[in-house]
Amino acid sequence: MSTLSLPQGLARRPVARPAARTTAGRRTHRTVRRLGPGRPLRGGTLIGLGVLLAVWSLGSAVGLIDQRTLSAPWTVVTTGADLVADGRLQEHLAVSAGRALSGLALGIVAGTVLAVVAGLSRWGEAIVDGPVQLKRAIPSLALLPLLILWLGIGETMKVVTILLGVLIPVYIHTHNGLRTIDARYVELAETVGLTRWEFLTKVVLPGALPGFLLGLRFAVTGCWLALVVVEQINGTAGIGYMMELARTYGQTDVIVVGLVLYGILGYGSDLLVRVVQRRALSWRRTLAG
Amino acid sequence: MAAHARGLTAPGPTEDARVPARSDVPAPAQGVLADERVTTGDGSVVVRDLVRAYGLGEGDGRVLRGLDLDIAAGEFVAILGRSGSGKSTLLRALAGLDHDVHGTGTIAVPDRVSVVFQDSRLLPWARVLDNVTLGLRGPGARDLGTERLAEVGLAGRERAWPTELSGGEQQRVSLARSLVREPQLLLADEPFGALDALTRTRMHALLRDLCARHRPAVLLVTHDVDEAIVLADRVVVLDAGQIALDVDVLHRDPADAAYVALRRQLLDALGVPPVVGPATPSAPDRSTP
Repeated sequence: MSTLSLPQGLARRPVARPAARTTAGRRTHRTVRRLGPGRPLRGGTLIGLGVLLAVWSLGSAVGLIDQRTLSAPWTVVTTGADLVADGRLQEHLAVSAGRALSGLALGIVAGTVLAVVAGLSRWGEAIVDGPVQLKRAIPSLALLPLLILWLGIGETMKVVTILLGVLIPVYIHTHNGLRTIDARYVELAETVGLTRWEFLTKVVLPGALPGFLLGLRFAVTGCWLALVVVEQINGTAGIGYMMELARTYGQTDVIVVGLVLYGILGYGSDLLVRVVQRRALSWRRTLAG
Repeated sequence: MAAHARGLTAPGPTEDARVPARSDVPAPAQGVLADERVTTGDGSVVVRDLVRAYGLGEGDGRVLRGLDLDIAAGEFVAILGRSGSGKSTLLRALAGLDHDVHGTGTIAVPDRVSVVFQDSRLLPWARVLDNVTLGLRGPGARDLGTERLAEVGLAGRERAWPTELSGGEQQRVSLARSLVREPQLLLADEPFGALDALTRTRMHALLRDLCARHRPAVLLVTHDVDEAIVLADRVVVLDAGQIALDVDVLHRDPADAAYVALRRQLLDALGVPPVVGPATPSAPDRSTP
């Protein structure tokens, strides 16, 4: 209403800028979807990380953060450089990555195979689904004592623990993806005379791919999680062992190096899966697209 | 046929009154089809005494009651009928897609049968050309698919995703997919029902053109009386699971008096009363025909 009565004032005083500015502001606003989250920010995810790093640096520099509680960022960097220089970091990283990747690979294969078996036949579902859902309800950590008794404290136990952690999300999401494939496509497959193998490779697996990739994202982060647990409980090498050793000597800088490494690995692998996801699911048009 | 064999090995004839017993086939157990399915060599369709019943529906649950139908090779037959008259059930029986019904009868269809559904039913994760050649084997499949796509006016769109196409274009891809198999019988279940009026008219011309070139026998299920007259050689009206009217189409020109008479005849058979009211010739009201 006020804007309607303004023109008179505008004619009299050329100073009345604010009114013009609000209308201009409203017009630029219209180009963005009203109920959407707004324009994407450049390097959006990095902003939060930058703020966190800034607070940490500032706190350490001013002395608000005690060096014994949390080492300064630059101490962490130099410690990391030292660890790289004497080769310890690479050694631990190689051991950890080997464990994580073998557990991940085995878990993905096992989860996918079980999901396909359960998704394609009623008998398969009857046999597979119950035990997997039961395992899902039991935390992997709770199984650890039993696994140690069965498999010892060696590599097998570690890989199996990671495998069990990875298997669940891959199974759950792939199975869900399989089950939610539209029945109309099954009908289509019948009318065009697909064989069972063609049906599997051209309809079932591509149809379940979105679910599988979502499961994979959970699995990838989950595998690093399981890694921390098994490496800190018992080990002679690996990032977790390195951190555990650092705890006994009170080296917070080494602990933080380990944490940063876990973060980079977890985040990096998630990013990798997301890239794969975008490539593999380019046929989908979603809000994210 | 597996269902047939199971019917023969059933322990003694059951007392299922809903399904009339055929001479040498024992009455089937619930939800079992006891069809005699034969392949015709000359591309014609013969349906004899076809009965289909969905469980215990209204009355005796029968949707088709002893239906007889012949379609000559290359003949275009349109099936009209109210909702629930059994037209889609008939089409699904011919396509061999009815798994959850009871039924008996003799169905003789050609070897190569293609189905066009109301929705285009394209696999969203496969590119247009892969959708067209789905289920097609052999080295020349891709060339044939490209050729058919060009025939429906989509040359150059081979690598597009189905979601990038308009509704009409998607349905044209679906037509190309059905024609790539060189069908002797084309079953179309309201293929243009989801399209807008202009696109539908264009699709009519395309379908007539394609059928003239490939000469399959066509069974078109539709709600649209005008569509039936424009496209078909013969129009069959189904009512309560039986053929109520079976007429040849001789005049396709809407200005022809015979066209109007046929249209009225079909509408009468469908139970649609004539439009009453001020239908005086002085008021040129062309909004309602």
